[in-house]
Amino acid sequence: MFRESELRIFIDGALRVFETLTSQAATVGSPYLVTDGKPGTYEYAGVIDISGIRKGIVYFTAPRGMLTVLLMRMQETDTSEENMRDLVGEVANTISGNARRDLGKGFVISVPNVVSNPADGVAMPHSRSFVIPINWRTHAAKLVVCLQ
Amino acid sequence: MDGRVATLKMMIVDDSNIIRRRIERSQQIDRLEVVGSASNGVEAVELFKRTDPDVVTMDLTMPEMDGIECVERLVALKPSVLILVVSALADKATAVEAIERGANGFLCKPFTDRQLNGALEELLGGR
Repeated sequence: MFRESELRIFIDGALRVFETLTSQAATVGSPYLVTDGKPGTYEYAGVIDISGIRKGIVYFTAPRGMLTVLLMRMQETDTSEENMRDLVGEVANTISGNARRDLGKGFVISVPNVVSNPADGVAMPHSRSFVIPINWRTHAAKLVVCLQ
Repeated sequence: MDGRVATLKMMIVDDSNIIRRRIERSQQIDRLEVVGSASNGVEAVELFKRTDPDVVTMDLTMPEMDGIECVERLVALKPSVLILVVSALADKATAVEAIERGANGFLCKPFTDRQLNGALEELLGGR
């Protein structure tokens, strides 16, 4: 069973990604629990399937505006649709991969599966998810952790 | 000896186009010349055979063939190649496994430009 105390691992990972990639700190709002299986998404979501010692998904979702500015802060001039998708997947991959520092090698992550404008949100494997709101500059994003 | 340092050919392997472009843009080591990039292990092996690089940056979580297997294949092709693993997988066991399979260094994502160049300098050592 995923423990609420383990959320710190993902919060720290998200903050580290923003700080390192952009030299500008992000902040997180109070994490909350969603029990109806639909935490919602912005325009893009990078989804990582988790297997091994934990099963479920971790996804990072952000609007186009945030991803555009993130790319620019990374000195990337190509803000194409392809790079938006690439970035949202890479952020999800980095946060999930970094979680292995605490959860170990048995926390197995997939390559990112990226969805854009998902009409029905992201398919959730379990009804119970933790949502970590992320604020960076004027933009809002979410990290969703749905693990057994 | 004329004091000039030989140029070393470098290949970048990562399934993220953004990361490939970032490594190419951010690396500031004069004697490294990027000769190509690949988005998975299969592409990397093919490109490696064509371009014969001296230095490789290698992601681990990739489709088709993952980075650990690719490290082994590249080392088998050219034992002297220097491979810097650049991965989000932050557990010690993965870093140790990569080194045991033939990698020479490990840089954890996310990374700053300074960290990337430091890791590449360390990788090159006396070369």
